[in-house]
Amino acid sequence: MAKTLAEKVWDDHLVRSANGEPDLLYIDLHLIHEVTSPQAFDGLRLAKRGVRRPDLTLATEDHNVPTLNIDKPIADPVSRLQVDTLRKNCQEFGIRLHSLGDVEQGIVHVVGPQLGLTQPGMTIVCGDSHTSTHGAFGALAFGIGTSEVEHVLATQTLPLSRPKTMAINVEGKLKPGVTSKDIILAIIAKIGTGGGQGYILEYCGSAIRALSMEARMTICNMSIEAGARAGLIAPDETTFAYLKDRPHAPKGEDWQRALAYWSELKSDSDAKFDKEITLDADQLSPFVTWGTNPGQGIPLDGVIPSPQDFTDPEEVSAAERALVYMDLKAGTPMKKIKIDTVFLGSCTNGRIEDLRAAAEIIKGKKVASDIRMMVVPGSARVRLQAEAEGLDKLFLEAGAEWRSAGCSMCLGMNPDQLAPGERSASTSNRNFEGRQGKGGRTHLVSPLVAAATALRGTLSSPADL
Amino acid sequence: MEKFISHTGSALPLRRSNVDTDQIIPAVYLKRVTRSGFEDGLFAAWRSDPEFVLNKAEYSKASILVAGADFGTGSSREHAVWALQNYGFKVVISSRFADIFRGNSLKAGLLTVILGQSDVEALWSAIEAEPSLEIEVDLETRLVSYKNQAISFDLDDYTRWRLMEGLDDIGLTLRKIDEVENFEEKRAKYKPKTLPVLS
Repeated sequence: MAKTLAEKVWDDHLVRSANGEPDLLYIDLHLIHEVTSPQAFDGLRLAKRGVRRPDLTLATEDHNVPTLNIDKPIADPVSRLQVDTLRKNCQEFGIRLHSLGDVEQGIVHVVGPQLGLTQPGMTIVCGDSHTSTHGAFGALAFGIGTSEVEHVLATQTLPLSRPKTMAINVEGKLKPGVTSKDIILAIIAKIGTGGGQGYILEYCGSAIRALSMEARMTICNMSIEAGARAGLIAPDETTFAYLKDRPHAPKGEDWQRALAYWSELKSDSDAKFDKEITLDADQLSPFVTWGTNPGQGIPLDGVIPSPQDFTDPEEVSAAERALVYMDLKAGTPMKKIKIDTVFLGSCTNGRIEDLRAAAEIIKGKKVASDIRMMVVPGSARVRLQAEAEGLDKLFLEAGAEWRSAGCSMCLGMNPDQLAPGERSASTSNRNFEGRQGKGGRTHLVSPLVAAATALRGTLSSPADL
Repeated sequence: MEKFISHTGSALPLRRSNVDTDQIIPAVYLKRVTRSGFEDGLFAAWRSDPEFVLNKAEYSKASILVAGADFGTGSSREHAVWALQNYGFKVVISSRFADIFRGNSLKAGLLTVILGQSDVEALWSAIEAEPSLEIEVDLETRLVSYKNQAISFDLDDYTRWRLMEGLDDIGLTLRKIDEVENFEEKRAKYKPKTLPVLS
């Protein structure tokens, strides 16, 4: 029977499938971090259970860690206890941990791919909804809650009901200045924050094929913002070239065996998706959000919509609430919106290509006098690479802050937060009320728009410079 | 896990859609390493408004939350489920739940019930007219009942059985651990391992 890519990966991991119960799926890689794991380890201890496969488990410190003074003890005692708890748990159960200060430390979804641990056809889970990022390699990767973290630690499996599949075809060629971030923001605006509920998304089409691995990760990363737990892209030469010679990539004969399997990982031409949608890449322009959910986005050239533009009563009231919270008026051009803080980073856009793209625009110029720009590399490796290329100097000379790796202002769990009423242009993934700090207002943007905005002080694209 | 067979209580009408898990509990409240004590973070930002429905005396005893569509979107934090439970909620009713939130709730024993949007609207009106209105949510019959209304809801047989028996999911999987071992023997050897640490 013809299968989609997601169905192939699913079926290859079936430990058990029986009528009247969920499928039991084997998990190839379990990533953990300090915030969603402590209660899972407690559960193991309480039930006197061990970690079944520490050799398929990897921990990093990312959500709650400072991005300044990382050589000093974490100032907030509650944060420090959480990080210390992860360290103790990893030691007790024999799990590899990349702590603050370790060269492999960073955001869990940046670290996995860069080590070559993320490979096509794998099942990957993490107690973090942006685990969908790893789908860029043709892996089935999704976020889980702490009860499921405990389940995977104890059994290396998860009971799950088989999701439906949706193909998202992005055909054509992106115009200069338009990035994969704009593709995914446009997709979410099109299908809504609930559009992907119950589905695994597969991104396909010529515009997707043309993207680098890092750009593909940006797209898969935000699948959850469309409501889908997972999103993936069939592996191809771009994928294989990225993986070759990474520390954990297969070597020698193993590489050949792996390659043979990976090359079969694509949806059959006659496979049936439960739903298909199409997007024209040629028509896309830089995309930004105006509201308080990632589906409330429009082209940067547009004006803020009026609640009356929507037909669904829930959307009308959501738009009314969003405009009040964001302190914006319908009809205002997006480009007139004045920004206070620019955040470049996160598991969505904190990779080396993102930093390079932004640095290219900032180079030799100055960040607007009333703008604070924070640049937070996604991992210690990304930071080192950027420094080797001199990108840190370009940012610093422009007046931006150059930080250590972590989730930082994406979720405002550490001290990197917006003040009440402050407005950001952020390359992260969520513009929820208070996401970046209580009372803070977030506009989601691409790294290019972030850089141009930092220079002009209002939402801008590089073409406006 | 405590068995869930039936719950009767009063409800709180939350007339908002797209309530994401950052609203249910903001990230700054996620630093605890326990499963308890998260009630202070529940809807923390909205609670600073005295007019917010959670602050109204007439709903102070509510144990059923009736929310707008797409409840629990965003972050996978199970703390959102714990915050609702720690505060005293046993059931959340909405026309649509985000996948991860729904999975977390049913693992942790917070019953999430999906009703049609028109049924949710009718419930909101009934609760607002009579805040002490008793609502029964019954897993045996899969019915939400109030006054002379009885609305059926779907829940797969397996999850319903697990909740009604109060069974530990991990324990159920461990009964089949020989099947996991068989699977592991056939796994491709080239698949990556995190140990030993490579330099």
